[in-house]
Amino acid sequence: MKLIGKMTILLCGILLIVFANKFPEFGDPHSPASTHLSPYYIEHTMADTAVPNMVTSVLADYRGYDTMFETTVILTAGLACFFLLRLPEEEEKEIYFRHVPTGVTIRIEECGAAPEDSDVFQRIDAQWVPRDIIIRSTSRLLMPFIQIFALYVVAHGHHSPGGGFQGGVILGAAVILFAISHNLRTTVAKISETSAAIMSAAGVFIYAGTGALCVMLGENFLNYGALAPLLGTDRVMARSHGILIVEIGVALAVMSVMIWIYYNLSSAGKQDEGL
Amino acid sequence: MDFLTVLISRANYWAYIILMMVGLYAMIAKNNLVKKIVGMSIFQTAVILFYVSIGAKQGATIPILRHGPVPEGGGIAHAALRHGTDAVQAVNYINPLPHVLMLTAIVVGVATLGVALALAIKVYKEYGTLEENEINQRLRRG
Repeated sequence: MKLIGKMTILLCGILLIVFANKFPEFGDPHSPASTHLSPYYIEHTMADTAVPNMVTSVLADYRGYDTMFETTVILTAGLACFFLLRLPEEEEKEIYFRHVPTGVTIRIEECGAAPEDSDVFQRIDAQWVPRDIIIRSTSRLLMPFIQIFALYVVAHGHHSPGGGFQGGVILGAAVILFAISHNLRTTVAKISETSAAIMSAAGVFIYAGTGALCVMLGENFLNYGALAPLLGTDRVMARSHGILIVEIGVALAVMSVMIWIYYNLSSAGKQDEGL
Repeated sequence: MDFLTVLISRANYWAYIILMMVGLYAMIAKNNLVKKIVGMSIFQTAVILFYVSIGAKQGATIPILRHGPVPEGGGIAHAALRHGTDAVQAVNYINPLPHVLMLTAIVVGVATLGVALALAIKVYKEYGTLEENEINQRLRRG
């Protein structure tokens, strides 16, 4: 296998190197990629959508179908992780609780009465280790700032680098940071797997629903200009607002799918204490 | 054109070819499934680098139209605005299309990486190993 691999990469590498000379030079303004389609986007984005950030306008308006199905792909990936890994919650032989004020660990065998899950008794795993207070408090301090930044990235995607995908990933990263610094049980208690699943479906629904609303108003799918009478603006501004609605849907879907995949991957589907 | 000019003027292609071959080799020759997944990620990075470098233009700025107050200094686009030429020139902004494509590809790449790792976890649970030859042995034995 090593020999086949080396021969393949030698062959492919030589082919790619030979044909790299036919490609345009780095930064060539007259390369085929920048002469056919992209000048239209650059020159008409303001007149068509009133969005100065071309990446956002191309992402959510000119290529709206592409982005919608990319969001669906992300949702499908989340579902695939869930169906591959998630195990049904089974009755365990013995479970462990920790009495938080005293730090005493209690082991409860089969048929024993488990205490109510409360602030005093914390459900733990056999391999539980105390968490470092410095890491815990630092990440807890950082979380709101990360989330505010993520909301800024989503909301300001029209005017600066940003948008639904980036903001959604940052939002998800904040929750994953919480899950790493505390543990998975605490995180699942705050954002349950069900709500992550519902939010990811809701994100895709917002996107597709905006498109369907345009159809109901008598225009093409994802033609946000049709939303003008609903939003009380002209057609161009309606496109700008439509892009924002769609980006919020994307952010919701991406955030919750990232959280959902992390829940299932980090605990191999058991959703116990995790990493 | 001498060798050095070719080397420098197409540096982006050499970088992506090297990355792509590293990823391809890892996917073909490595025995461990996680290493194969890492190879797949490297391959993906090579494609992303290729696309993004295609969008670059000499002397152009990021694909966000200048709006709001125009500062002193800045690139060609700013200078054009200062001198009152209002029309947007496509030469002044880099190509936004590769950035859009790769923006979604990166996030989708992360999601599919999650699926790949989930499959690896499943394989490990089933066979107790991630080495490909050991899995093949177990499969042959039935």
